[in-house]
Amino acid sequence: MDYVTDTVSNSTAGAASARRSAAASPRTIAVAMSGGVDSSTVAAMLQAEGHTLIGLTMQLWNQRRLAGREGMPEEVQGRCCSVDDVYDARRVAERLGIPYYLVNHQERFERDVVKPFVAEYLAGRTPIPCSLCNNHLKFDQLLLTARQIGAELVATGHYARNEYDEASGRWLLKRPADAGKDQTYFLFGLTQEQLAHTLFPLGGYTKPEVREQARAYDLGIATKPDSQEICFIPGGDYKRFIDAYLDEQGETMPDSSGELVTTAGTVAGHHEGIHQFTVGQRKGLGVASPSPLYVLSIDPESHRVTIGSENDLLSRTLIASQLNWISVADLTEPMRVSIKVRHRHEPALATIEKTGEDEVTATFDEPVRAVTPGQAAVFYQEDVVVGGGWIVSGR
Amino acid sequence: MKRVYMDANATTPLAPEVFAAMRPWFTEQFGNASSIHFHGQRARAAVERAREHVARLLHCRPAEVVFTSGGTEGDNLALTGVLKPGDHLIASSIEHHAVLHTAERLRDRGVEVTFLPVGASGTVDPEDVRRALKPNTQLVSVMMANNEIGTLQPVAEIGSITQEADVYFHTDAVQAAGKVPIDVKAIGCDLLTISGHKFHGPQGTGALYIRRGTHPEPLLFGGPQERQRRAGTENLPGIVGLGQAAEMAQAFVAGDGPARLADLRNRLEKEILARVDEAGVYGGESPRVSNTTNLWFDHLEGEALVIALDLKGLALSGGSACMSGATEPSHVLTAMGVLPERARASLRFSLDSGSDASATDEDVDFAVELVPAAVARLRELSPVYTGSPRRETTAAGVSR
Repeated sequence: MDYVTDTVSNSTAGAASARRSAAASPRTIAVAMSGGVDSSTVAAMLQAEGHTLIGLTMQLWNQRRLAGREGMPEEVQGRCCSVDDVYDARRVAERLGIPYYLVNHQERFERDVVKPFVAEYLAGRTPIPCSLCNNHLKFDQLLLTARQIGAELVATGHYARNEYDEASGRWLLKRPADAGKDQTYFLFGLTQEQLAHTLFPLGGYTKPEVREQARAYDLGIATKPDSQEICFIPGGDYKRFIDAYLDEQGETMPDSSGELVTTAGTVAGHHEGIHQFTVGQRKGLGVASPSPLYVLSIDPESHRVTIGSENDLLSRTLIASQLNWISVADLTEPMRVSIKVRHRHEPALATIEKTGEDEVTATFDEPVRAVTPGQAAVFYQEDVVVGGGWIVSGR
Repeated sequence: MKRVYMDANATTPLAPEVFAAMRPWFTEQFGNASSIHFHGQRARAAVERAREHVARLLHCRPAEVVFTSGGTEGDNLALTGVLKPGDHLIASSIEHHAVLHTAERLRDRGVEVTFLPVGASGTVDPEDVRRALKPNTQLVSVMMANNEIGTLQPVAEIGSITQEADVYFHTDAVQAAGKVPIDVKAIGCDLLTISGHKFHGPQGTGALYIRRGTHPEPLLFGGPQERQRRAGTENLPGIVGLGQAAEMAQAFVAGDGPARLADLRNRLEKEILARVDEAGVYGGESPRVSNTTNLWFDHLEGEALVIALDLKGLALSGGSACMSGATEPSHVLTAMGVLPERARASLRFSLDSGSDASATDEDVDFAVELVPAAVARLRELSPVYTGSPRRETTAAGVSR
């Protein structure tokens, strides 16, 4: 991996170091272009550094597909993979004078992201499609496509940093300069091979700085709004999406209606299906109570949804599996880390230790609120991502 | 970078003679062909001269030629012009989307539609047309040459069936014009579509042959242009260019040009297949236009192959270009029974002749060098390729 190392090693800002080395060794880099501010700016920055670029946009989902079905809006609202975004990405590539291609990975996206997303909800968990997409599409399929067409590296507009650590001989994933835009939570599944072939040129910049660059490069997209929602779910209403998707597949929503019970075991009400709930949810329980009630846990077998007070939401431990390690090859002894249990979560101090072949148990110093099965637990040591896994349970 | 163009079925450059013929009509020789004055008469004469050239290409009367904006308009006018709710349309399943999507639209509006299957050969069986006829059948639409695999359809046989049954016959000859001789009488068709830019004419030009006595309802209303069959001021330079291109196309198909092109195409096919395992030709057993070959390669993604080749300077298509620019499994290959995985891993080479993009022996050498190397690289990186050639015993690429 030497040729990669000298591009991004010792980088405090990926692009800055790439700039230093570009003159001596320009790379052929595939830029994942979404048509948004971040990835467009990445393309402009890398081009300014003298690299040979190939713009790629992944067509992952057809926003028209479920339009008008089962309570979905007739009008197409989502932005991901929309005609407008592809148009923007293409225009940016044209301005930069780089070749640009739209690559179709809709089947793989449906198989590896959409179907698991629906299955997770139906099983009473709360999935993170962005991580699945990163693992299966952006850093796997796209990297493969990039290599197939002759690119050495893939660059994306993620806010994260990666660098090679001489001491450990491992590629590190680190939190970016802009803590508010940190996307490392969604990137914990990256392998060493993937990290070695990826550039995150925005890792050293804040979002306002990136917008400023976009304006300076005159890319025509500097004022586009950030995308926030799950890209394939217009309006963010995942319940309607699941209904519409199952309807399209000719499947009926499995009956997962059941009881709402309190921690004491008393039946407080009934619900229409477990996929409508997520741990920590307060709204839509339909149970009258003097104090606020929250979803504490969801049992996919009995369809029982347990509700209780905010205090009951606190967990002292969690179990995670399907682990991926980044800064270490494996966890051989207990380790002090801080853990994010969801994207917008201030990392909480904890000790992690292996409790199974592919299982880690984390014990928090202070109880943590709403540990949600299906979400990721990502372990950090300061800015460095140690690794992570998928939350099986919290207690 | 050396750039070789092998995508003539997508578009061709203007022939220099076509450009020269068009040029004065943009500026000094302007005029509206409907005007009564000198300028109008001059424009009218140019339009009618072009009409004669197109008529000679199609072997019809000049009055049977209506100028259009291209193949899509011609197909739309032919279908929507003769079909009313309650009528029955028979079309092949490998038609261009200009026919297929128009047919689907008409179906939504009450027209009964039968799509004919094609076998692994990529050609329609004329007997299938006969069997699909119903009392309310009004129109049969089967293309003359397929855009993706180049197969020539048995249009003359279909023409005798439709004449016998007294139903209209439209053929989309967009990919045939300039590649094979076209004789509307020999075909026995009532409507025939051509597009200028497929044979060195300008983009945005085309013509629909409308047999005398056939009166399709117009798509566009307004002035009385084109004998009230297509309203709108004539695209004068475009029509002049189309006429010039038609004249040259007629000379080309009457000469040995197609045979020379076939030699190049056959060598390209043979030499690539000699260097690549688990690959083959779609429709190779059927009569084809001489410039086209569509090759399949197992164990790779055609999309990445097209991109990799473009980055090396070789321009061609995988399957058919889709409106979004992303590749869908080709409906033509799917209709032939090709599995989606393999339908995606194909390359369409379509060679040009008679323009700045004319294919040469060196171009074929270039492709013969590049394609096997690119295929090998993609297979090497493919997660599904094991590297052990498995010989197919069934018709190549076609599921039973």
